[in-house]
Amino acid sequence: MDLAKVDRIVDKYQGSPAALLPILQDIQAQENWLPREALQRVADKLQVPLTRVYGMATFFRAFSLKPRGKHICTVCMGTACHVRGAPKLVEKIERDMKIRAGETTPDLEFTLETVNCVGACALGPLVILDGTYHGNITSAKLDKVLKGIGRTK
Amino acid sequence: MRARLTSPQALEKLRAEIAGRRDPEKPVLSICAGTGCVAYGSLKLADAVREEVEKRGLGDKLEVRINGCHGFCERGPLVLCHPHGFFYQRVQPSDVGEILEQSILAGQPIERLQYVDPVTGARAVKQQDVGFYKHQMRVLLEYNGWIDPTSIEDYIAVGGYAALAKALSTMKPEEVLDAIYKSGLRGRGGGGFPAGVKWKECRNAPAPDGVRYIIANGDEGDPGAFMDRSLMEGNPHLVIEGMILGAYAIAHPGHPVGYIYVRNEYPLAVERLGLALEKARELGLLGEKILGTDFGFDIQINRGGGAFVCGESTALMASIEGFVGEPRAKHIHTVVQGLYNKPTNLNNVETWANVPLILTRGVDWFTSIGTGDVSKDPWGGSKGTKIFALVGKVNNTGLVEVPMGKTLREIIFDIGGGIRDGRQFKAVQTGGPSGGCLPASHLDMPVDFDRLTEAGSMMGSGGMIVMDDSTCMVDVARYFLHFLADESCGKCVTCREGLKHLCKIVDRICAGQGREGDLELLDEISLTVEKASLCALGQTAPNPLRSTMRYFRDEYVAHIRDHKCPAKVCKALITFGINDKCTGCMVCARNCPTGAITGERKKLHVIDQSKCIRCGVCQEVCKFDAVDVA
Repeated sequence: MDLAKVDRIVDKYQGSPAALLPILQDIQAQENWLPREALQRVADKLQVPLTRVYGMATFFRAFSLKPRGKHICTVCMGTACHVRGAPKLVEKIERDMKIRAGETTPDLEFTLETVNCVGACALGPLVILDGTYHGNITSAKLDKVLKGIGRTK
Repeated sequence: MRARLTSPQALEKLRAEIAGRRDPEKPVLSICAGTGCVAYGSLKLADAVREEVEKRGLGDKLEVRINGCHGFCERGPLVLCHPHGFFYQRVQPSDVGEILEQSILAGQPIERLQYVDPVTGARAVKQQDVGFYKHQMRVLLEYNGWIDPTSIEDYIAVGGYAALAKALSTMKPEEVLDAIYKSGLRGRGGGGFPAGVKWKECRNAPAPDGVRYIIANGDEGDPGAFMDRSLMEGNPHLVIEGMILGAYAIAHPGHPVGYIYVRNEYPLAVERLGLALEKARELGLLGEKILGTDFGFDIQINRGGGAFVCGESTALMASIEGFVGEPRAKHIHTVVQGLYNKPTNLNNVETWANVPLILTRGVDWFTSIGTGDVSKDPWGGSKGTKIFALVGKVNNTGLVEVPMGKTLREIIFDIGGGIRDGRQFKAVQTGGPSGGCLPASHLDMPVDFDRLTEAGSMMGSGGMIVMDDSTCMVDVARYFLHFLADESCGKCVTCREGLKHLCKIVDRICAGQGREGDLELLDEISLTVEKASLCALGQTAPNPLRSTMRYFRDEYVAHIRDHKCPAKVCKALITFGINDKCTGCMVCARNCPTGAITGERKKLHVIDQSKCIRCGVCQEVCKFDAVDVA
């Protein structure tokens, strides 16, 4: 990635190590993941050990150390969605896409993620595809939703 | 940009000016834009409304307001038409023309869009006629269906910042603190620690440079809980006003510094709070010399990184400082040494939202609501209201605000409308991953901090997940154990390793490989995790497991001894079969991902058990109820 972008982000927070979390969030928002050289640059600029940056990047769920797909499909695994059958949806996508939750298809087109709850429990089970919420999902509905981005089994 | 208000009187003047500009009879169309309604398409609905209003040239005839969450998520998108108060549900863009013509211009209700009570068949004209709302006491959420959260004027018009003006002009910081102490307000984040006690300790802690941190915890991580989000998104100024009052009470004269820590998954809350802070600053309600007094305070927003443990106060503070969110031992309390080792007062978003109400309506009003007696001891009861997220297998999913002490039965059946699809109530899970599952025998228990704890659960942040007879309690325990094992920060061996082993054992039970002695072993490990972990995550982690073992022991025994899952959920213990209702339509065979179903057209189909992966797709797609689970 273009490291000048990282510099701009770090400078925005006056190079303060306390801002490590928002800095990484901003990089991830821009790149969709955290490339190694970006982490190294952040560590250098903030003058903190790379282990601390790496620790943050691996501790928080929001970060990914691998490139993520063009389309991101998130299945809500909150309790309300769980009792309404969310695990079956994850299993179905895993089967159809031949990836596990947290992984990306080799063509970098599709990433499957889970989230602990998005607070839209009335619509459970719920799938979020590229930011759009699809509620009361069944396996047939899921096929239709995924067809929308050209993914079928 | 508006000029800063330089005195409490200037705020009252502004309030009068706003009221003078507004005609109370002018129709207002309020559209719910809470997460649930947005997912149902309420933003498209709002666009359609704006377009129609423009097309018909009604711009000066009505006001269109996009609100935060109205609460009744089950029936979204929700619309309210003032001044008549018509309540409409499941509103679609195609309904907009009729609403404008009939309800706004002609003042007539539209029957088609009204809520019909499924039991009595009665139509609800206004919100208060709906069973879901009728039995609630909406104090914190009162204005969610009225104000536009992006407008500070809307908040001021309904009495916003009056508590601040009152405090700054007529009360000493100690008097504000005393009011909160006497109100018995207890922390809404889960622990139920009296806010007044915490505030007092923080105020009394030595702070040589005068810096005291005031934090709102909006890292609402409990799955199935979204009340803090609805407050932050629907009425952000209420939370901000509460924090300003807290800063005044705890740290004036001194240098209070504020943070709101918002969960990563809540981008809209971040946006709304950011806008609200900006507007409050513009008006001089934040920053230096608030309302012209010598009191100054400002707040910044921090986004979480998606770690459940950061809801724990010391982990949250570590995260603000730019470190991983690991809790630390609290030999010295955070009120004495918290963020950057300075005295720090952290309260949950909902706790802060109560503060302005207590100051404007009075301590006596607040203590008249709820259970127990807090006149001598703030631990003596649970006062005020509590917002619950009522979700799961209940008819009316949504946000519910009730006085403390309402029974579970009233909440689940009177407000929640009972169990979905006519099934049987089995349990209600309260308190998120730290809470427990309560069975039907506890339905008449009044809900407050202490009763829930006695029953082996807890208040938590207020998630209430209803479960029916198709929910396997062992599977629910397994779900929470895996959740917590994933979210454990790994600092304490008991939490990191103990939870892993609890998961292993429960996984084995669900897989039909339970052994005699497993339950005793689970008990023993649970006790160790509970006693030897540092923070509340570990200390309460065994709660879901222990409460289900306490109230649903027979289900565990069925799994272990009989290798049966009574709720027919655990895959290893069930088989799918096709009964003679099968018409041979072949839909199941076409949808089966492993090709396990065979059969000719119009003939009974058969499932090959060796190929079946028990995904349940056949049962879901069968229109003839011909797939059985045994």
